[in-house]
Amino acid sequence: MSGPSTYQPQNAVLQWFEKRLPIGGLIHSSFVAYPTPRNLNYWWTFGGILSFMLGVQIITGVILTMHYTPQVDLAFKSVEGIMRDVNYGWLLRYLHSNGASMFFVAVYIHMFRGIYYGSYKEPREVLWILGVIIYLLMMATGFLGYTLPWGQMSFWGATVITNLFSAIPGVGEPIVNWLWGGYAVGNPTLNRFFSLHYLLPFVIAGVVVLHVWALHVAGQNNPTGVEPKTPGDTVPFTPYATIKDGFFMVCFCILFAWFVFYVPNFLGHADNYITANPAVTPTHIVPEWYYLPFYAILRAIPDKLLGVLALGGSIVILAFLPWLDTSPVRSARYRPLFRQFFWLWVIVSVGLGWLGAKPPEGIYVILARVLTVYYFGFFIVILPLLGIFEKTKPLPNSISESVLGAKA
Amino acid sequence: MTTVSSAEHTRRDFLYIATGAVGAVGAAAALVPLISQMNPDASTIAAGAPVEIDLAPISDGQITKVFWRSKPVFIFHRSKKDIEEAKSVPVASLPDPQPDSARVKDGHDQWLVVIGICTHLGCIPIAHQGEFGGWFCPCHGSQYDTAGRIRKGPAPRNLELPPYTFVSDTKIRIG
Amino acid sequence: MTKTLIALSFAAFVAATVPAAAQEHDTPQPPRLKWTFSGPFGKFDEAQLQRGFKIYREVCANCHSMEMVAFRNLADAGGPGYTPAQAAAVAGEYKIKDIDDLGQPIERAGRPADHFPAPFANEAAAKAQYGVAPPDMSTLAKARTYERGFPWFVFDIVTQYQEQGPDYIAAILKGYEEPPKDVHLPEGGNYNKYFPGHNIAMPPPLQAGQVTFDDGSPTTIDQYAKDVSSFLVWAAEPHLVARKRLGFQVMLFLIVLAGLLYFTKKKVWSAVH
Repeated sequence: MSGPSTYQPQNAVLQWFEKRLPIGGLIHSSFVAYPTPRNLNYWWTFGGILSFMLGVQIITGVILTMHYTPQVDLAFKSVEGIMRDVNYGWLLRYLHSNGASMFFVAVYIHMFRGIYYGSYKEPREVLWILGVIIYLLMMATGFLGYTLPWGQMSFWGATVITNLFSAIPGVGEPIVNWLWGGYAVGNPTLNRFFSLHYLLPFVIAGVVVLHVWALHVAGQNNPTGVEPKTPGDTVPFTPYATIKDGFFMVCFCILFAWFVFYVPNFLGHADNYITANPAVTPTHIVPEWYYLPFYAILRAIPDKLLGVLALGGSIVILAFLPWLDTSPVRSARYRPLFRQFFWLWVIVSVGLGWLGAKPPEGIYVILARVLTVYYFGFFIVILPLLGIFEKTKPLPNSISESVLGAKA
Repeated sequence: MTTVSSAEHTRRDFLYIATGAVGAVGAAAALVPLISQMNPDASTIAAGAPVEIDLAPISDGQITKVFWRSKPVFIFHRSKKDIEEAKSVPVASLPDPQPDSARVKDGHDQWLVVIGICTHLGCIPIAHQGEFGGWFCPCHGSQYDTAGRIRKGPAPRNLELPPYTFVSDTKIRIG
Repeated sequence: MTKTLIALSFAAFVAATVPAAAQEHDTPQPPRLKWTFSGPFGKFDEAQLQRGFKIYREVCANCHSMEMVAFRNLADAGGPGYTPAQAAAVAGEYKIKDIDDLGQPIERAGRPADHFPAPFANEAAAKAQYGVAPPDMSTLAKARTYERGFPWFVFDIVTQYQEQGPDYIAAILKGYEEPPKDVHLPEGGNYNKYFPGHNIAMPPPLQAGQVTFDDGSPTTIDQYAKDVSSFLVWAAEPHLVARKRLGFQVMLFLIVLAGLLYFTKKKVWSAVH
């Protein structure tokens, strides 16, 4: 987006409009002429996939709101009304519930891509931190949305997570009652969660605009971690990235459609098809899968306040990545040691996710503690040290050279 | 860049056109559920199912109001005088010409069944008021006669007739 | 890569040595039954749904409500296959509480728009007999499942196994037996092989020969369990058939579109390579 736009509209009406509000020029320079590294692989499509999923969630969400009633005696029935009576209601509901899962699948891959290729490094620190903020907002939105059907998991998940705030010394209890609007999770809670669930996606959209803006200031990272040096290193976003992203997005939609049409309740929990009962706690309270690693970390720490701090810390620590990783080399392609620790960290995260669904007893607790140590150790110990001690592979001179070989 | 033969041109164009067309079809198909969901859902349609009204309790000259599909329906048990008044009006002079016979069922002309929504801007007219023996709409002064036809005021059309049938001499099914 | 392999084998070791499922008292997994509605081309068997409905009416409905299912649903496409007139006739056989024009409580004949009435007026009344309120059956088939364990739950995504609910329900219905000698049940409990904890408040609801069928199907508990479980799946997912049918069309479309986009992408990028 640096420099004046090269956009020249042919049409006289468009020229008139362009002089007054240069949206055409903005779109042209951001998404048509925008120089994109030519060597991006399909892991770079997930940003576009995320924008698409945000759109899907907002559209299906606004439509579901037309039929949903946020009142404790009516909420569950209204969702069943959507599933049974509203035209294509079952489709819209399954799109929204599975869409949330797809949203998180995409965001985790997007984040893993960022860590692997060092996309958080200078000059993209703010871009990365904006991403962490988006992730936090997504987690809040997902939590709020899950309470709305007012099933057993909705109610008890809300109870457990809001109770976390009581760990804050002194002001904890009043804060929890303030969150609840009462002495327990109840109708005031449901109403305000509904309001916030409607609001936050638009806050996410705003931060996404900042995120894309920050991205366009620095330009995309690429698999070599070497910045574009000549025009031969890049291609215009349209048609090259547009068509490549379009293809992969449709592939992603195939996965999405598989869940929506064939296994729509796989990622959910059966207990949420039981109406919320404040007098009966389910045997195992489990959050949705995308929170499980953090749930495991929370339960691994025996102390309540420290557990909550560990839970928060496990996400907030991501914001410090640009400064924790001391290596001058960006991409894991040229960092053989970092690559191994990274994949181990991915497996640890998945393992923590599996443990988050297990009852906190016996070997599960021991494993969770071991994996939590590695999770934090990766950021606090391994990354800073690697920068100093790792012997990296030689970088290519340019993107073109890495794509075309030395004859470029 | 090597020159592209015209055969390659058409092959490439065909691919692009095919992709664009399939994509456009998909986009249009995706719109269908998004728009269709706003139509009345199955429970609303079921609640709008035909209702059966017993006419026996409605006395001579009485107008009753029932609801069908959330709309008010007036059932008027017309007296002989009401029927004569309705029949004697010259049809051509009416703002919305319609003979009385077209507004009642054969052999049941003492029963007038009309939707109680003023055809002007949708208020519910008040029964047994106005100069024509029928209804008076308080919102903007439209007046309807004993056949529910507009006689005076801004309303453009006669009160609408709902679909109904006589299940027996003393029972109608509306809808 | 070696690190990956080490980590994966570690995970497999853990999964194998840790008890197969987090179930109390070694509750066995329900056997997987064959269902007509499983798989991408699954459909409901109308005759089976009608038999299941008969079992619900004559046996289950004495205690279990089904408040989110309406009589008109019996005539919906992809369901038991009753005509609208038949559904209206079924509705008419029920007494629905209502108020008359003067505000007095009355009971009137059911209409297609009405929902199945609850057997108890409120939760306290429902709890009175067995100490636990019999759950509503509208979503029961989706509200019940069992632990599949790793790695089976991953395979389930590919095989589209979504029938944990009916497998569990059918197993419960057939799973009543004499408790083993060392097990002592609390007062009012019934021993069930597949119920977690083995102590279920519901006494065995089905007896052979209890419900007769017009189509001559066997009147065994096995048959009843299959039929009523299928009916409950329909009650919980009335649009299952439409969902799978639309799914096939959407998948086909997406695969074609992906193919076209792939070749378009290759064509566009050939200018660069």
